[in-house]
Amino acid sequence: MAPLAFERKPLVWLGWAIGLAYLLFAAAQLDITWARFILGLDNGAKFLGRMFPPAILQPDSMARGLLESLEISILASFLGVVLALPIGIFGARNLMPSWVTLPIRGLVAVCRSFHPVIVAIIFVKAVGFGAMAGILTLTVASIGFIGKLFTEAIEEISPKQVEAVRATGAPFVSLLTYGVFPQVMSRFVGFASYQVDSNLRNSTMVGIVGAGGIGGTLFSAFQRYDYDFVCAIVLAIVAMIMVGETGARWVRKILGVDARGSDD
Amino acid sequence: MHLGLSIRNLQKSYAVGKPVLRGISLELGANEVVAIIGPSGTGKSTLIRCINRLVQPSSGEIWFQGQELVGLGRKPLREMRRQIGMVFQEYNLVERLTVMENVLSGRLGYMSAWSAWLRRYRQEDIDLAFTLLDQVGLTGFEHQRADSLSGGQRQRVGIARAVMQHPKLLLADEPTSSLDPKTSVEVMQILVDMGKRLQIPIVINMHDVVLAQRFASRIIGMSEGAVVYDGAPSGLTQQILQSIYGGEEWLH
Repeated sequence: MAPLAFERKPLVWLGWAIGLAYLLFAAAQLDITWARFILGLDNGAKFLGRMFPPAILQPDSMARGLLESLEISILASFLGVVLALPIGIFGARNLMPSWVTLPIRGLVAVCRSFHPVIVAIIFVKAVGFGAMAGILTLTVASIGFIGKLFTEAIEEISPKQVEAVRATGAPFVSLLTYGVFPQVMSRFVGFASYQVDSNLRNSTMVGIVGAGGIGGTLFSAFQRYDYDFVCAIVLAIVAMIMVGETGARWVRKILGVDARGSDD
Repeated sequence: MHLGLSIRNLQKSYAVGKPVLRGISLELGANEVVAIIGPSGTGKSTLIRCINRLVQPSSGEIWFQGQELVGLGRKPLREMRRQIGMVFQEYNLVERLTVMENVLSGRLGYMSAWSAWLRRYRQEDIDLAFTLLDQVGLTGFEHQRADSLSGGQRQRVGIARAVMQHPKLLLADEPTSSLDPKTSVEVMQILVDMGKRLQIPIVINMHDVVLAQRFASRIIGMSEGAVVYDGAPSGLTQQILQSIYGGEEWLH
């Protein structure tokens, strides 16, 4: 028999086969059929038809909702950034002993493990309806995101620069401000600007479960079948997020950091 | 009180049963320029890092300025470190800080973290930093970021940073191994001049035997974690070099 140029990998093929079988099974289980899709399209067309032309039925409520979303996202970002800075440092295994990093990493993992909607529901139950619940929700999300990435950034720094600062007899805090922060601050700013972006987006959603912001207005418009108002709100959200993204990009540009937060 | 450096039966192993330093004992005088030569992986770097405890020795004693360093607690260790300047093979400057910030970081052991963060240095420290930049030939570079400098320029900043500490001892770990031959000589000259001016001993790890002979007043040859030669540069015979590095083809 001629030698094989490529190794046969029956296990890989088996894996693909199982994956495909599960796809078909899941579709059957959930009654995803072509006929059902066509039926849905029909309904969707009616829905779209009622969305146009968009109409701002309750300008006050919409303006208040948008402003509240903006405020929630800014406050949550501020709180999140302020808290994520020490949490990121205490989670870094190259700076702290494991009895510090383990609980901190656990905390960050918990912050990251739930979708904001679930966290928002919990906070609405805990502190009541309104913007407070939204702010707490997005603060948790910010700690999870920035905390984790900042910890990783610190763990990737060059130990040589830190070693040199240590050799001068610097106290620990100076070791951080001279040996560690200069290596990671621009990345931290990058992460924070992305989080502001993300919080702005999420702040429009937490209102659906009663945690304040434009989401609440959107949800009640849905409930009243005011699809033209729904359309107006959606367009306003798109506009606000685009402005926010542009703003965040400007900040990154001014500070000279790119997506990965490196400024080389 | 013995003001020099005294190392007694120093041992270090990173893994059990694989000692990197096998009982080193050395006495250093007050104004010596000591070059430690030897093949890679023989423990030169570990030895020099044990002196300022960037590496924790496994056993043995290091006496400096009348104090034993191996058993020092955190605070006295910091106070000892600030009196020992160190120059590194890859310069180890904080890349994103300016030349001036890097030089002044030599003062960090003497000031509070708060003042350091606010860059509140004493005027005499700032004056000294400018003087040192002048002496190492980097006048006018103070506002440049460290990552914009060439290797030779970085090592000059590294030397200025170490001298900024008002050290009683200078350690240099392969200070010229990343530099070209001409720059190597210039950097060595600056380093040795600084030691003379401050009247302090310098301990330098080196690969380059010729450079070591040119600048050192005493040579220590290490092989496999032990001292195999300790004497004048002129005493380095081919036979001794063979015992340090092994083989002989490279000598011809």
